[in-house]
Amino acid sequence: MKRKIALLFYESSTRTRTSFELAAKALGADTTLVSSLSSSIEKGESLKDTGLTLRALGAEAIILRHNSSGAPWLLEAETRLPVVNAGDGMHEHPTQALLDLRTILTHLRPDVVTVDAQTLAGVTITIVGDIMHSRVARSNMMLLPRLGAHVILCGSKELLPEVAGLAGPGISIERDFDAALHQSDVVMMLRIQAERLAGLQLDLEEYKANYQLTGPRLANHAPKAVVMHPGPIIRGMEVTSGVADGVQSVILEQVKNGVAIRMAVVERALTAGGAA
Amino acid sequence: MTALAIKGGHLLDPAAGVDGLKDILLKDGHVVEIAAPGKLKQANGAEVLDATCLTVAPGLVDIHVHLREPGQGYKETIASGTAAAAAGGFTAVAAMPNTRPVNDSPEITRWMQAPERGASVRVFPIGAATRGSKGEAINDFAALKAAGAVAVTDDGYPILKENIMRETLAAAARVGLSVIQHAEDTRLTQGASMNAGPTAFRLGLRGMPPEAEYGLVERDIRLVGELRDARVHLHVAHTSTGAAVAAVRQARRNGLHVTCEVAPHHFLLTEEHVCMYDTHAKMNPPLRAAADRDAMIEAILDGVVDAIATDHAPHAVHEKEVEFENAPNGITGLETALGLSLRWLHKEWKMPIGRVLSLLSAQPAALLGLKGRGTLAVGSFADVVIFDPKAEWIYRARETRSKSRNTPFDGWTMQGRVRWTISEGRVVYSAPS
Repeated sequence: MKRKIALLFYESSTRTRTSFELAAKALGADTTLVSSLSSSIEKGESLKDTGLTLRALGAEAIILRHNSSGAPWLLEAETRLPVVNAGDGMHEHPTQALLDLRTILTHLRPDVVTVDAQTLAGVTITIVGDIMHSRVARSNMMLLPRLGAHVILCGSKELLPEVAGLAGPGISIERDFDAALHQSDVVMMLRIQAERLAGLQLDLEEYKANYQLTGPRLANHAPKAVVMHPGPIIRGMEVTSGVADGVQSVILEQVKNGVAIRMAVVERALTAGGAA
Repeated sequence: MTALAIKGGHLLDPAAGVDGLKDILLKDGHVVEIAAPGKLKQANGAEVLDATCLTVAPGLVDIHVHLREPGQGYKETIASGTAAAAAGGFTAVAAMPNTRPVNDSPEITRWMQAPERGASVRVFPIGAATRGSKGEAINDFAALKAAGAVAVTDDGYPILKENIMRETLAAAARVGLSVIQHAEDTRLTQGASMNAGPTAFRLGLRGMPPEAEYGLVERDIRLVGELRDARVHLHVAHTSTGAAVAAVRQARRNGLHVTCEVAPHHFLLTEEHVCMYDTHAKMNPPLRAAADRDAMIEAILDGVVDAIATDHAPHAVHEKEVEFENAPNGITGLETALGLSLRWLHKEWKMPIGRVLSLLSAQPAALLGLKGRGTLAVGSFADVVIFDPKAEWIYRARETRSKSRNTPFDGWTMQGRVRWTISEGRVVYSAPS
């Protein structure tokens, strides 16, 4: 019998949703998509009840994208099903970090088969922009130092509070983008999360002047760095079109790696539950 | 009313300076006689409670509880909340006005005290400072006081406007009421659900900075100083930051009548207890950093803190079973305050039991001017808690008398087990034997 997986999405998504769907199907599982629009969530059904309903319908695992940090822990506690975090609020986006790692390894450690605490020793990865509101940043800054990498966080005070530097080992803050680029083997650009700014007013022209990754900036300070972006990219804001489409960019390779990574994660979720 | 004699117990009444084996006679709702063991003269025909090996103390007084009535009886009623109070050894509770509707009128104030509410212990309503707690129009404090209100506050809707707070302090002083402020500059806490800092960042939650609390405490203290009226009394609710108690300490040195309370969760827990989004660790003010928690302990031990108050805030199970950011603030506390205070303040941090009890009875009663409460001197109300000070026990939230069980202390070890609670001469709680 086919395994049943529910995708429960409280926020819009292109890459994550599609790649999870393709991953599950490639494993031979049935998927069903429930999104906050066009479901009883609109009528006020709670996350707990939505999860219990999906379980009653036969879901063996739930892939959850949610606008509230921590929602996967609640869903797991209430349903006792394996829950895959496909992004929760400002907290984490673990599969994105895993596919980012896969992409980094391909370029910087092509011969590595298994990873350990030294795999990325000597590698510096700079994450740039809206760190405060980014779950991608949090997942990467927790994951990459565990493999020996040094993570530099780069951004303005509004979008990168000082406490971010205390989030874990191997993390430092550098507010000067050019100085950070100069040290970087990898530069990871982030979108400004307009939906999470909560009234924060930003001077976008100033932002671009300080933190936009442009062709000249890249050529001057990091001509060999790998350029990454979790998407969606806003061309002309955090990156110029030339950089996004340029030879140093691996943005579409990240997307492609997403399917394989998510296949591995879904397979693990389905075997973790113990059901055959 | 029949007389009740409590015999063989150790009477501990810090306000009256009594600490020894005494028998005590209660009649017509009051304490009528205290004597050496076996020496009561008027006890003929009185019912007897054998308090051998037990401590007999003034009933506890909690000046910060949410009883949810009128309007939210599914969380708690005055009957259920005061039953929990009695089980916790409390005989008087001051009820916050954030009910539905807000208690901003003599009518609601009287309604809360009516016998029909079925209260086990005495309820002292706290009136709203402003109409609907909207922070704009000041209520008629004389009328609220005449109806039984013992203080005014807008509690969870702190008074931010300086002119309104100044006028509230002055108007309350004219009628002899205290002003209680929940000190939170809500302009700094929009969308926030825990203490600001590394933990909040790591969890992807917006944080409430400590300055949102102490900034408003400092502002309010400045207003008290500017008013130059000895009758003005500012009471700072549930202080949670070191800087806030430091401000209170300084205000007192400057001769101002400023007091403060601390809740057990703020002297026991830190922001780390949020763990993986435990909504039973979500309250306002939030659990703070370890340094702030330590500052609360220090302030309790050195006497700056005037009262331990629970901020008992019941919520239905389904309300807490939601995303952390969407969960309501607050935890229950009436049944755990004594057990936690004795376990930690006394046993762990060596505070004499008498001082712990004083923070839970005499001092809060004095703070709100509750005459005849917080002491067992002859003539006082017969509000008594009788407990076994040595007994250690495990608190089980499922056994609560409250309608709600939103507590982070489920399964915690308590010290000091309540045997009986007596409210104005009636036994309102008797431990299951």
